[in-house]
Amino acid sequence: MNQRGKTVEMAEYKVKFEVFEGPLDLLLYLIKKEEVDIYDVNLTDLAAQFIEYIDVMRMLDLEVAGEFLVMASTLMYIKSRELLPLEQQVQVEGEEDGEDPRWELIRQLVEYKKFKDAATQLQALEARQENVFPRLPGKPELAMETPRMKPEVSLFDLLNAVSAILKRVNQRDDSKDVFEDKWTVSEKIEQIMKALAERGRLIFSELFAGATSRTEVVVTFLALLELIRLRQLGITQAEAFGEIEISRAAEAGTAPAEGATQPAGTEN
Amino acid sequence: MELKFVLESLLFSAQKPLNARELKDILSEAAEHAEGDEAVKAFKKVREELVTAVLEELAREHETAARSYRLVCVAGAWQFVSQPEFAPWLKALVGVKARPSRLSQPALETLAIIAYRQPITRAEIEQVRGVAVDGVMQTLLERSLVEQTGRAEVVGRPMTYGTTPLFLEYFGLRALEDLPAADELRRIPVTKPETLATADPGLATTPPEQLSLQNPETKTEKVETAPGQ
Repeated sequence: MNQRGKTVEMAEYKVKFEVFEGPLDLLLYLIKKEEVDIYDVNLTDLAAQFIEYIDVMRMLDLEVAGEFLVMASTLMYIKSRELLPLEQQVQVEGEEDGEDPRWELIRQLVEYKKFKDAATQLQALEARQENVFPRLPGKPELAMETPRMKPEVSLFDLLNAVSAILKRVNQRDDSKDVFEDKWTVSEKIEQIMKALAERGRLIFSELFAGATSRTEVVVTFLALLELIRLRQLGITQAEAFGEIEISRAAEAGTAPAEGATQPAGTEN
Repeated sequence: MELKFVLESLLFSAQKPLNARELKDILSEAAEHAEGDEAVKAFKKVREELVTAVLEELAREHETAARSYRLVCVAGAWQFVSQPEFAPWLKALVGVKARPSRLSQPALETLAIIAYRQPITRAEIEQVRGVAVDGVMQTLLERSLVEQTGRAEVVGRPMTYGTTPLFLEYFGLRALEDLPAADELRRIPVTKPETLATADPGLATTPPEQLSLQNPETKTEKVETAPGQ
């Protein structure tokens, strides 16, 4: 969108000025066409050619910018000055002693030419830079994933966590255990694996968030232990007595996570 | 362990380009955490200048090795980048780089003038280009390639402009000193030659030394045969 807007703008611009950015641009073009050095150029000839160009632009009904007309008048002034012998040439008021309008114009042309060349070099750098690709290292998560975790989550940590949850469940229901066999361990295993597949990792307490009875908590916990024994899970804890995180063994398959499953597995 | 390779490993794994100061800080932090590892402790108080010098050497080595990538310093920060000639394959890998549209010729000219002559006022830019630069300046400001840097101590106190760090990044330049022909275009005023051929209609003036254009394409070698020389 933006790109398109720019090109339209540019197209209008070019119609306005033909291909010339400004009078200096046109002068440089004319000098180049003559194949002469800027310092060698015959300004009288140049003035004639410049005015010819402006006439053509007018004929084609192109808008001639004010800058072109100013330049044309400067060139005419230089041309007229050339016609007089040196001693009769007038010093323009306010100008420094010996200031020559020809030199002034040439100085401007030389300076402009230099910056035009510099712009060309910048353009080359711009094009080159488009083809330079920086090295993009792996995503930050990769580096963050394992190292901060405290790897030793023992069976005692797990028991401690589950007893806290059991206490909570105790408080909230003290009566109806109607559906005694609502959950089996294998169902819970499936549920845990499915949740992990969807979300990557789980907080220990989340596992029990939906539990409505002691039995469900116990079944879920047994399922967890079973998965640990089967080395399907990695258990990590960021700090002592902090939240215990559960992830799939394939993802947390680093040496410390493996070690962490060991005590729980053997004791089960 | 050679400092050169330590720095290389840091830049290889870094998430973003790092400057000499950041690298120095990483070295001293690593040294603080090194328990008895003398090799790590050795770089605790490396000076920034040394980091830069070592990186420059490393960059030269990579250049000599002519691999598909090189070590560059852009706007003061170091990073590994691919060589441009591998762009066709890299484009297929990562897709076309998200980059704003290319700058127009007037924009590049104006930008060049600002880059070499900053801080510079709008009037001074127009003086060099011979045309008004309002629209172009707007574009350059919007793209954050130039910014206002202050005010000139002349009548009316006009705004002055300069280039931004993004300018260096956009063109892959280390610093303003790295601009092509910077020494020639930056601050040397164009002075009038002592002997300007006045009555010569051909206007074969004697150019001062700094006016000789280096670019061969311009065909403007210094005039050796000018009168009055």
